[in-house]
Amino acid sequence: MKQRISQILSALLYNSYIYGFIVGTIYQGNLKFLNCPGFNCYSCPSAIFACPIGILQFFTAYGAYHLTLYTLGFLGAIGTVGGRIICGWGCPFGLLQDLLFKIKAPKLKIPSFLYPGRYVTLILLVFIIPYVTKEPWFSKLCPIGTLEAGIAHILYNADLRQFIGTIFAIKIIILAGFLAWMIVSKRPFCRTTCPLGAIYSLFNRISFLRVTVDKNRCIKCGKCHNNCPVSIKVYENGGATSQCIRCLRCTDCPVGAISYSFKLTR
Amino acid sequence: MVRHSPKIIFLLAVVSIIAGVLLREPSQVFDQAIRICLSCIGIG
Repeated sequence: MKQRISQILSALLYNSYIYGFIVGTIYQGNLKFLNCPGFNCYSCPSAIFACPIGILQFFTAYGAYHLTLYTLGFLGAIGTVGGRIICGWGCPFGLLQDLLFKIKAPKLKIPSFLYPGRYVTLILLVFIIPYVTKEPWFSKLCPIGTLEAGIAHILYNADLRQFIGTIFAIKIIILAGFLAWMIVSKRPFCRTTCPLGAIYSLFNRISFLRVTVDKNRCIKCGKCHNNCPVSIKVYENGGATSQCIRCLRCTDCPVGAISYSFKLTR
Repeated sequence: MVRHSPKIIFLLAVVSIIAGVLLREPSQVFDQAIRICLSCIGIG
């Protein structure tokens, strides 16, 4: 419940310029120099922060030294404190995935060979291809941009509709595919594609916030595995795995074998 | 044995933010983020 409230409040905070949806423009105020910790398209009419993945691509493609110390430092600071905690508690797209998975439908497991896909997305679509082509290719394909910005601007702005082409059609197909996948699988975008989650997951092993399992107490009842929104066998893998989104649902353990702590050293 | 690597990495991240600010990156972020990203909405 606390997690759900945090997800909703985060989504509302990141999208607090509701006026943008009334007038069909985007927020251009002073907060736009700040990075959004969760995945939220800065071209969404209500967005008040910049999308860090959009900014990384912009600097990779057009920046003087092809990196942004400001944004990488921001993501590194959050990752060091909580690992993927933003994925669990402060990402609007994570919230959408959690809600869609509640729809009654046949459910499918995500094969583990797809898990490294988010690193492939990060390296290829956020860094290498934008650097080579000078085009933000992740943004061109991003389903979040389609959902939060693309559809809204196309609906509002008649002038933009004449420019709709193949890329927009591809974006809609990608979005529809992910939305359908979200109904049948737990958090497919987070687990296989999200480049922001890929960055945060690099810090899961060293973050101040950590989840620990007392294997002597564990009775392997599987409750943590069933509760986990990314299907981790916490009793086997612990909370240091790169898949863990630090939602802490697993700490609701019947024998108190799983706990979390916040330590500045390892 | 206590390892201090998380603290050191956090410190490096903060230094990176400060370096970015000194290099005026936030103003470049601002300039980019106040424009509608045509790629994001699928027409650029």
